[in-house]
Amino acid sequence: MTPEMKERLTNEVKDNDVVLYMKGTAMIPMCGFSARAAQVLQAVGVKIHDVNILDSDELRLALKEFSDWPTFPQCYIKGQFIGGSDILMDMYQDGELQKMVAELPKVTPVK
Amino acid sequence: MTVAQKIEEKLRAALNVHELVLDNVSHHHAGHASSPGTGESHFNLRLVSPDFEGKSRIERQKLVYQLLAEELQGPIHALSLKILTPAEA
Repeated sequence: MTPEMKERLTNEVKDNDVVLYMKGTAMIPMCGFSARAAQVLQAVGVKIHDVNILDSDELRLALKEFSDWPTFPQCYIKGQFIGGSDILMDMYQDGELQKMVAELPKVTPVK
Repeated sequence: MTVAQKIEEKLRAALNVHELVLDNVSHHHAGHASSPGTGESHFNLRLVSPDFEGKSRIERQKLVYQLLAEELQGPIHALSLKILTPAEA
């Protein structure tokens, strides 16, 4: 991972409350797991900064190292690595996710 | 040995497994653009082990990802995980 890429990712997860590195976009996901992760985040009403990792091999490979996580999607909330779609779904079902995003500004969920 | 057998063997060798349910759901994804069409690419795994006690969700998944690193770089395209301790199961 280049120092520039590391800086980009560090800033991106710091400057955005909710970041989802995914296959496709929240509007047009290209993978079932990415779709599910986006849906869970939309269900709790937060604004998603979605980044399509299919746009760049460099980005995709860098993220595996940056997050120390081999799969996508990868979600960050308030700068903290949360995990992928299984973890987001579990946290949503347990109500933990709702608590974590309680103070964040809400948007109307995308239909 | 099939991919499913390898997954099960590796997990059982490394962990004290109380329950292991591996569902091959590859047929749901046959014909997708990114599906390799091997019939052994997409799995759902439910794993119960006391080895996960005191570990966060991220730590649990990382442990499984490490054990299956070779498969995740090769034949496995997608792996959905439900990892529990016996008390949670």
